[in-house]
Amino acid sequence: MSSTTVTPERSGFSVSEYIVCLNGIVWREALRFLHQRERFVSALVRPLVWLFIFAAGFRQVLGISIIPPYETYILYEVYIAPGLMAMIQLFNGMQSSLSMVYDREMGNMRTLLVSPLPRGYLLFCKLLAGTAVSLLQVYAFLLIAWFWDITPPTIGYLTVLPALVLSGLMLGALGMLISASIKQLENFAGVMNFVIFPMFFASSALYPLWRVQEGSPMLYYVCQCNPFTHAVELIRFALYGKMNWVSLAVVGGCTVVFMIGAILAYDPSRGLVRRGPGGGEA
Amino acid sequence: MTATDAHIASQSSPDAGPVAAVQPALSIGNVSHSYGPRRALIDVNFTVQPASFTALLGLNGAGKSTLFSLVTRLFGIQNGQIKIFGHDISRTPGEALRLMGVVFQPRTLDLDLSLTQNLLYHAALHGISRREARLRSAEVLGRIGLADRATSKVRDLSGGQMRRLEIARALLHRPRLLLLDEATVGLDVKARADILDHVRQLVTEQGIGVLWATHLFDEIMPGDDLVVLHQGRMLAHGPMSRVIADAGAQDVNTAFMRLTGTATLTGKPPT
Repeated sequence: MSSTTVTPERSGFSVSEYIVCLNGIVWREALRFLHQRERFVSALVRPLVWLFIFAAGFRQVLGISIIPPYETYILYEVYIAPGLMAMIQLFNGMQSSLSMVYDREMGNMRTLLVSPLPRGYLLFCKLLAGTAVSLLQVYAFLLIAWFWDITPPTIGYLTVLPALVLSGLMLGALGMLISASIKQLENFAGVMNFVIFPMFFASSALYPLWRVQEGSPMLYYVCQCNPFTHAVELIRFALYGKMNWVSLAVVGGCTVVFMIGAILAYDPSRGLVRRGPGGGEA
Repeated sequence: MTATDAHIASQSSPDAGPVAAVQPALSIGNVSHSYGPRRALIDVNFTVQPASFTALLGLNGAGKSTLFSLVTRLFGIQNGQIKIFGHDISRTPGEALRLMGVVFQPRTLDLDLSLTQNLLYHAALHGISRREARLRSAEVLGRIGLADRATSKVRDLSGGQMRRLEIARALLHRPRLLLLDEATVGLDVKARADILDHVRQLVTEQGIGVLWATHLFDEIMPGDDLVVLHQGRMLAHGPMSRVIADAGAQDVNTAFMRLTGTATLTGKPPT
């Protein structure tokens, strides 16, 4: 009798609710991406310019010796393909994370954040959705690159998938951490200059690190400490069905650290989270 | 059914214990909030009862949106306490948010997605399975008279239709408290009246507690509860007639001007 006075309320969430939520977020991100053809095209043009123009020009300048995971001499285009795949993810991660924190998506972020599921989980889903979009871009790039004689073993297209998921999450989380915690980097130009370019050039994306070491031991160490180098190497090895354990450990570790940092730093009221005297967040 | 039972239970057995006690849909207790040195809310206190319409009246910059951001957990609470049906928004945000539907002032629909897609996304965020979500989406679209537009892009809707869709979306997970932040801004007179009627119906027919933030005086009716917010301070709270009487005024308009000391109104509705 009196039990009817209170609507049954549950506490906590079931596993299926978590899964439904994740599916919904990824599905929406994919739908939106498919509606934004310009974004897709520009995401593809950037690496293709590097591949068609830069790599073709440098082919004669830079000789690549046989280094793992490659078993034969390779063309420069083949060498930089994994770096360009990581670059796609780097741009995508920074772009979607920036828009998540500051952009007009604020309205849509509100819809997301009033979901009753834990906020950390929602942000994780959002990062995963951004990663899913980067996968579409990377595979489209691989398809075009295939016609350009970049033909990794067929199984490589499958084995590279988990590596791409991990690197996509790491770069997305890094983007979110940076844009949520460093106010000066709230525009894309700042991020280009201070994050994307240094990360991309001080890595093994464009040149093998043994060559860098010959030129500048200092830069070599910088490159070794750059998580982007390890994302590139993880992708490079996985694309040829091999595993680079060091890179896996670095990328995995960085993903966890960046993600925890990003979730703690993310505050919809902008900037670093401001915790009031009584204000603990979920 | 439930609302009636609750009413009977609370009347017939006043000492029936905490089960029968009617929890306020929303209670705001001593809430203050600052942006750096600027104080946006100062010691705000009020409640919204189930099946009631509470108008939160204030000019632009009064602190309405800050309050909404706090209630919806977008901002962390600095001082005070906010409860939704007894659930503290800081301590048990999941339970609190489950019982709450929100319509924000800026449009938060995906313009390039269809009406149904927008609704399905919201349902997923609340963990509602795809099959159930489809049923509910069809149902709410029917209720707001947009069933035949289910697959159109939201971009093609009028302002009033978008608002109705947002309200329908906010009700998809069947909340018992509905918050609307300046829901009629930018709409023509007819669309405004429609939205307001629709929300008032939800109060009487479904027993939903509504907090309606506005700066438009003509949206408030005699039976409403009123909260007057000005420069972050709550100047009055209570049934509209009492607020007007306490201010020694004849109507809301004058009462508001007396309370706030503002000489001119920016709250004239567009005509």
